[in-house]
Amino acid sequence: MGKDGIEAARRDLVDALRRVVGADRTFTHPHELRTYESDGLLQYRALPRVAVLPGTAAEVRDVVRLCAEAEVPWVARGAGSGLSGGALPVADGVLVALTRLNRILEIDLDNARVCVEPGVTNAAVSAAVGPDFFYPPDPSSQVVCSIGGNVAENSGGAHCFKYGFTTNYVTGLEVVLTDGEVVRLGGEELDAPGYDLLGAFVGSEGTLGVTTKIWLRVVPSPEAVRTLVAFFDSTHAAGEAVSEIVRAGVVPGAIEMMDAVTIDAAEQMAHAGYPVGRGAALLVELDGAADECEALFQEVVKTCERCGSDDVRVSRDEAERALFWKTRKAAFPAMGRVSPNYFVQDGVIPRTQLPEVLERIDALASEYGLTVANVFHAGDGNLHPLVCYDGRVPGEAEKAEELAGAILQVCLDAGGSITGEHGVGVDKRKHMSKMFADADLDAFQRLRCAFDPAGLANPGKVMPTPRLCGEVPGPYRQHPLEASGLAERF
Amino acid sequence: MFSSVSEAAEAVRELGAAGTAVRPVGSGSRAGWGGGAAGTPLSTAGLNRIVEHNPGDFTAVLEAGVPLAVAQKQFASAGQWLALDPSPGGTIGGLVATADSGPARHRYGGVRDLVIGVTLVLSDGTVARSGGRVIKNVAGYDLGKLFTGSYGTLGLIAEVAVRLHPLPAGTATAVAGFSDPSALARAAADLARRPLEALHVDAAWRAGAGRLLVRFGGVTAGSQASSVASFLGQADVVADDEALWDAQRAGQRCADGAVLKVSGRPTDLDRVLRAADAVGGSVVARAALGLAWITVPDPALVKQVREALAPRAVTVLDGGDRVPDAWPDVDPGAAAVMRRVKARFDPARIFRPGAFVGGI
Repeated sequence: MGKDGIEAARRDLVDALRRVVGADRTFTHPHELRTYESDGLLQYRALPRVAVLPGTAAEVRDVVRLCAEAEVPWVARGAGSGLSGGALPVADGVLVALTRLNRILEIDLDNARVCVEPGVTNAAVSAAVGPDFFYPPDPSSQVVCSIGGNVAENSGGAHCFKYGFTTNYVTGLEVVLTDGEVVRLGGEELDAPGYDLLGAFVGSEGTLGVTTKIWLRVVPSPEAVRTLVAFFDSTHAAGEAVSEIVRAGVVPGAIEMMDAVTIDAAEQMAHAGYPVGRGAALLVELDGAADECEALFQEVVKTCERCGSDDVRVSRDEAERALFWKTRKAAFPAMGRVSPNYFVQDGVIPRTQLPEVLERIDALASEYGLTVANVFHAGDGNLHPLVCYDGRVPGEAEKAEELAGAILQVCLDAGGSITGEHGVGVDKRKHMSKMFADADLDAFQRLRCAFDPAGLANPGKVMPTPRLCGEVPGPYRQHPLEASGLAERF
Repeated sequence: MFSSVSEAAEAVRELGAAGTAVRPVGSGSRAGWGGGAAGTPLSTAGLNRIVEHNPGDFTAVLEAGVPLAVAQKQFASAGQWLALDPSPGGTIGGLVATADSGPARHRYGGVRDLVIGVTLVLSDGTVARSGGRVIKNVAGYDLGKLFTGSYGTLGLIAEVAVRLHPLPAGTATAVAGFSDPSALARAAADLARRPLEALHVDAAWRAGAGRLLVRFGGVTAGSQASSVASFLGQADVVADDEALWDAQRAGQRCADGAVLKVSGRPTDLDRVLRAADAVGGSVVARAALGLAWITVPDPALVKQVREALAPRAVTVLDGGDRVPDAWPDVDPGAAAVMRRVKARFDPARIFRPGAFVGGI
């Protein structure tokens, strides 16, 4: 398409989108676009030029094709519950909301597979295959977050220490590439021959294309589940208990830790009868075959006591188990009662580094004069420090953000990662160069260019600086972003 | 021969500049798989260090040339293992490149699920890392998965970081015999729906008869196996069960015929067993996963097996170097992306050119 053709396509884009998805599903007024200006991370906001709500895979494909013809960037969005700004719109681009693609297309329990559209919520999958089967990845936002978003972010959750992450459960995808081509990666079967493009796509944060169909593996629900909460005087002692449990060869379904600040805040909200003023709480859940589960559970109780817990509470029934979890999952919202504002950080460390890392976080918090509450998936070393601040105090938000960044550096120094489940998005781009060398980022870019040489899918995310795709091999052609002076070739 | 990642990068850069076709080689234990062995061998024998083993974190970093058996011995000293149990032989790099797996696949997933980081050497001499050394990490793209099962066609896998698991406290296996493929498939399907936490669920089949094997691990492995044995009826419980599973692994290899790997669904099991009988073959299957390995006397039989099992993908592993079509057709759209991936990662086209799916 020549330059004039692109100009014309750009000019007519909104009208063309209206023809595809309908005028009542195409939004251009700033008031309407506000809905989409940010995801769950509110500090980044941008209005797209237009937002569309396609209702079918074919409409998604047509929308992407129109964007390709006009060389206009687009961002796919699920429930908007992400915490890294991954669904932040591109100003002047198209925002493609997939909420209407919310059908469960097929349930095949004989093969332990479910096929869903991307807008289906995470919790809806387990609901559809229960009670005999369930879908293990369980982000805290599972009642609202979408499977499409889970695929983009490779979402985890409390149970991933034992069960793994989204990437371990997606067996196939139907993807619309940025040139409008529809491809099938994997399927219902495992080990499709060829490159594992499926594995590369999951966790690619919307930068390689958009999914319109997702095949998931579900697993039989465990025969038994046993849950306890143990209280300790310190996170150090609780951390010791975690190490002892894991060292003994036990692989709990979940091990969650909360520190003193978090326990008190969550108790105010959930009313589970947790004692105030304790240094740490450990929620441990074992699941599996009934006899095995029971035998190991007794071991875990003893281990907690041996490591200094004088208060171990074992859930007596499903209602009490639900209450334990409600308290843990209340941790984030409950912090709103403690602090007017807070940043949720998401970093990972090798689990054995926990005591040293918590000490360093404490020291940093004192240095900055701010409160940091800690709640984390202790089994896999995924920390969620909550950096509390008062946005009404000039400069405090900036200080809190700086502290949150310093905490990530602590995670990296300990041999960890800048994100365990929230993704890089727009929020952590600046930290990518601390974790990866230029050659690594260049290798990432090679993958991105193989999928999206025009750079139209969710640009400005993941990579610390915008990079373009050189042609391989073939004659040089100027990139539209180059022509407009927005970017240079590296 | 290179003995460090930087030496490997220099060697590859020179070969890339010269346009010399290469093939990464570990121990050569699976050299004939998936097609030819053309190109200058790029041996990882000098990359043989266990870089890190962190027992408390259940992680390890290994250079590509470390034999799996050597690594497992090191991990076992801490009561751990890398939950990969393919047939004997092979290096870490080779196992990642071929994505081979054994019965443990049922419980622990495949190679792709156990690799947490990789160091790669690309044809322009670039050394690139992806992932990290922690179990949970979503920073950057997962190039480890892209290179897992890439058969040495994208670049050299120089170093691999893996997740480890605790060795099971004890094991026991329930074994039930069958002479009707449908009955075996039904039993496997019934088991797959039950809330068992089996370590392995395999089927074995040869000449119209076979068995279902279900292995449990843990402090109550024996009683779990007994309860499955009574569920199956006419089944035995074997406490000293290692030999049973060695036989399953051995059944995935064949020195003189060919091994055809079927990427199927659990509900295909009946059809797979009958297809093997029709060509005088034998089967080892991960019954609850839909994966099967059919050993046939002649690799040319792949055509007949593919027809019987269409549209499932059938790949020739052992014997793949003796047929022109070791790889099955793949989705044309996906194949186009794969070609673009190959062009980006191996622009010099030196890593086993033409040896992968779709002539990549």
